[in-house]
Parts: sequence; structure tokens; C-alpha cells
Amino acid sequence: MKAIDYRIERASDVAGAVEALQADPFAKPIAGGQSLGAMLNLRLAQPECVIDIVGLDALKGLRIESDEMVIGPLVTHARLEDGRYDDATGGMLAHVAAGIAYRAVRNSGTIGGSICHADPAADWIAATAALGATFDIQGPDGTRQVAARDFMTSAFETTLAEADVLTAIRVPALGDTARWSYRKFCRKTGEFALAIVSGVVDGQTGIERLVFSALDGAPVVIERAGLFDELAEPDARQVLLDDDALSISGHRRALHAGLLADVIADIRGTA
Amino acid sequence: MSAHLEFPESHTVTFRLHVNGEEREVSAEPRTHLADVLREHCGLTATHLGCEQGVCGACTVEIDGVPQRSCLQSATRFEGREIRTLEAFENDPLGAALRRAFSEEHALQCGYCTPGMLITARDIVQRLPQADEARIREELAGNLCRCTGYRGIVRAIQRVLETYPHESSDGR
Ligand SMILES: Cc1cc2nc3c(=O)[nH]c(=O)nc-3n(C[C@H](O)[C@H](O)[C@H](O)COP(=O)(O)OP(=O)(O)OC[C@H]3O[C@@H](n4cnc5c(N)ncnc54)[C@H](O)[C@@H]3O)c2cc1C
Ligand code: FES
Ligand code: FES
Repeated sequence: MKAIDYRIERASDVAGAVEALQADPFAKPIAGGQSLGAMLNLRLAQPECVIDIVGLDALKGLRIESDEMVIGPLVTHARLEDGRYDDATGGMLAHVAAGIAYRAVRNSGTIGGSICHADPAADWIAATAALGATFDIQGPDGTRQVAARDFMTSAFETTLAEADVLTAIRVPALGDTARWSYRKFCRKTGEFALAIVSGVVDGQTGIERLVFSALDGAPVVIERAGLFDELAEPDARQVLLDDDALSISGHRRALHAGLLADVIADIRGTA
Repeated sequence: MSAHLEFPESHTVTFRLHVNGEEREVSAEPRTHLADVLREHCGLTATHLGCEQGVCGACTVEIDGVPQRSCLQSATRFEGREIRTLEAFENDPLGAALRRAFSEEHALQCGYCTPGMLITARDIVQRLPQADEARIREELAGNLCRCTGYRGIVRAIQRVLETYPHESSDGR
């Protein structure tokens, strides 16, 4: 199918994008277009106006600021996959990026677009929650920060208001001895995952975090997860997976169970 | 008797694209994606459309030297970018090596997927000169072929990786 007739406005800066979004309640920002483009073609999205933010330098690039990485929302998956930047996550960003879709999609799709689109199976939604990231958001009332774990509210729903723009993704640096694992199950390479489990353990900061994702809604984040003690036992893992808070339905529970065992093996270094 | 069709008012915009080394002036609605502009406005029909959802890869073209889908974004967003479709590789040595290998290894039947396959194959040869069969298959996951069963395509790319000298044909 073809998209409905819409117009495109190029934003000249972030404030201008916010203003344009505020002026038209049926306007939407567009970054890499790799999710919105498909939604437009399928007419699942029917905006009157699309605000093109892809030229905004303030939303590009990637730097380390004291103890965190500050990633511009327009950084593409391919750029992260190629790893030619100062990395404070011990390779986790590159690993996650390489597993998203296909190279032709990764060359255009952005980390910010993926987060704002908030597909329950999106990789950056899960990975930024596991890394304990924080998002900078600019809107009509100024700027604010939201923790990754609080950002997504349900499938394709976030705390972004209509005229808000995501302006940065802040990822805390992992310590030298930190360990991470990111596992997902896809029926076919590059397809959205049916199950995602990720773990991050950092002795220096005392983080021991476990994330389940590709659920019905937002990811579930468990702090002090007991990856080294309780969860070493299959029985304890089953109790966790059966917990209503996770609400993993039917056959997916078996997929998450398998991935959880792999994550624990990765983190304990027994994989 | 003649049928009278009424069309809604269209809002075309005029913009410039740099396609296969040529400057093109195009008038199209902003909603028109790049693949439609290439096919309908530039007469470049090597670029095929399968799904228009980013999944099948038939529409893959080169933008600033790297593969991208041409079905997912308005053509107006490609102003100032270097667009290359399969037609651009007619006299390109790597293009020729890939075409020969595709033909010899039976890497196509109906040919619908082939333009996208060749653009992806080019990217594999240039970006991943060490790719083994498993990696080639992984990289091809974004290009669907309904005819060949992929074996010929994988073999063709393997053959070019083995035989084609690994400096890229256009100095990149
Ligand atoms: C075939 C295919 C397979 C895919 N497989 C996967 C996969 O396995 N895993 C995965 O995670 N993703 C997958 N994706 C999605 C891909 O990662 C997209 O790149 C991503 O979801 C959207 O990024 P984008 O830059 O293209 O955003 P766009 O499509 O431009 O925008 C997406 C949404 O975010 C909004 N938006 C974008 N940027 C901002 C901003 N800075 N502030 C506020 N709102 C913003 C837009 O308004 C829109 O609603 C796949 C896509 C395709 C086409
Ligand atoms: S037509 Fe573009 S990916 Fe299928
Ligand atoms: S040759 Fe027919 S789809 Fe690939």
C-alpha cells in the first residue's frame, strides 16, 4: 500500500522541532524512517505532517562524559555495530546493534527511533533498560530526564508527550570487571525477537540486574536479581518465570527460560 | 461513453536527486518513496518492490555507498545523497564479477530478488572480505528469494569473495 498524502517539514533545531510538533497535533517526528516508513506504507500511521529531524547535529554523535556515554538519538544501529567509538559498555552496544534487523535497515535506523517507537520486542528498549540508561527529553516545558526502565508504559506507548523529542541516551559506564549478557530468540535472523533476556552485573557499582523483554508490554527489570546464588537453581528460575509480575504467556515462557539459563551461564562465565 | 475519474488534489513538490552520477529534477508528492520515484519518475526499473515494509530487500539500493531500503522513506529525504541503483554497476568490475558468478552458480530464477541481492552481495564483498558461509547466510537474511533456495546465491558470493581482488572497485 502507499502512504496517505502528508507533508514534510525540516526542523532547523530541536526547539524548532518541538514547536512544529506543538503546532500540529497530527505531526510526527521522523528519524531513520525504518519503523515509521513501514507504518506509513501500511497506513497504520496517518500523520498530516512529518517533522524531519535527521539533519539536526545536536542529536548526532556519541561521546563519553565523566562516567557515562552520551549517545545522540540519531546514531544509527550500523554505527554502533561497527564499534568505532569510545565504548564504556564492554562491547554490549555493538553486540546488540549487530542483531537488529538487517544491514540495509541498520544503515538508516537509529537508536532513538527504536526507543521512541517502543515495540515490545525492540532491542534498544531491552538493552537500555538492562544498562540502566537515562533519556534526555526536550518538550514545550523544557527538558527532563526519564530512566529507561520507566520510559515505556505499554506496547508502542511511552512517557513522551506529543511535542517531546528524545535528545540523548545516557548509558552509565560499566566497570572493568563488569559482565553483561544479551540473549534473544528469533525465528529468523533479523526478525523481531519472540523472547529477550539480558543481565548486567557490575561489582564496582553493585549492580546485578536482569531484564525480561519481548513481553506483551514494557520490559520487566529486576534489580539484585541473585544471578550468582538463587537463580543458579533451576527451581528458583521457574518460580521467577511463573511470577504473575512477569506475565509471560504460554510457549514464550519456555523460550525465556532457555535464554535465562544462557544469560546466567554467560554472567557466571560458564557458557 | 467515457469514464470520468476524479482524483484528489495532489501536492507535488519539486526536488533534486543525484542518481547514478546524474542530477535529476523530480516532481512528486512528498509521500512518494524513493523506489517509486526511481521506477516511475527516473525510469530506473531495476529496483523492485516486494513488501514495502522493509522485510524483503528487493528495493535495496546504495545510498552514500551503503545499502538501504528505498521503500521506507520519502524520496525528498534523499536530496544531497549519492543514490546508486543496480543500473549504476553496469561497467563496474565488482558488479560484473557478481553478475557472472550469479549466472554461473544459478543464483537466480525469476530474477525478482536479484537487484537487491546484488546490492547486498556487493556490500558483503566490500565490508566482510573474510565472510564464511554462515556469515554470508546471516547477511542475506534481509533479502528474500522465493525461487532459488539461496544455495546458488551463497555459492556465487563465496566465489566472488575467493576470486575477486579485495580492493574495492571505486577506491572506497
Ligand atoms: C524489516 C525490519 C526489521 C526490524 N527488526 C528489528 C529488530 O529485530 N529489533 C529492533 O529493535 N528493531 C527492528 N526494526 C526496527 C528498527 O530498529 C528501526 O530502525 C527503529 O525501530 C526505528 O528507528 P528509526 O530511526 O528508523 O525511527 P523512525 O522510523 O524514523 O521513527 C520511529 C518512531 O519514533 C519517533 N521518533 C524517532 N526519533 C525520535 C526522537 N528523537 N524523539 C521523539 N520521537 C522520535 C517517530 O515519530 C516514530 O514514531 C526492524 C525494522 C525493519 C524495517
Ligand atoms: S520492498 Fe522494500 S524491503 Fe520489500
Ligand atoms: S530468483 Fe525469484 S525470487 Fe529470487
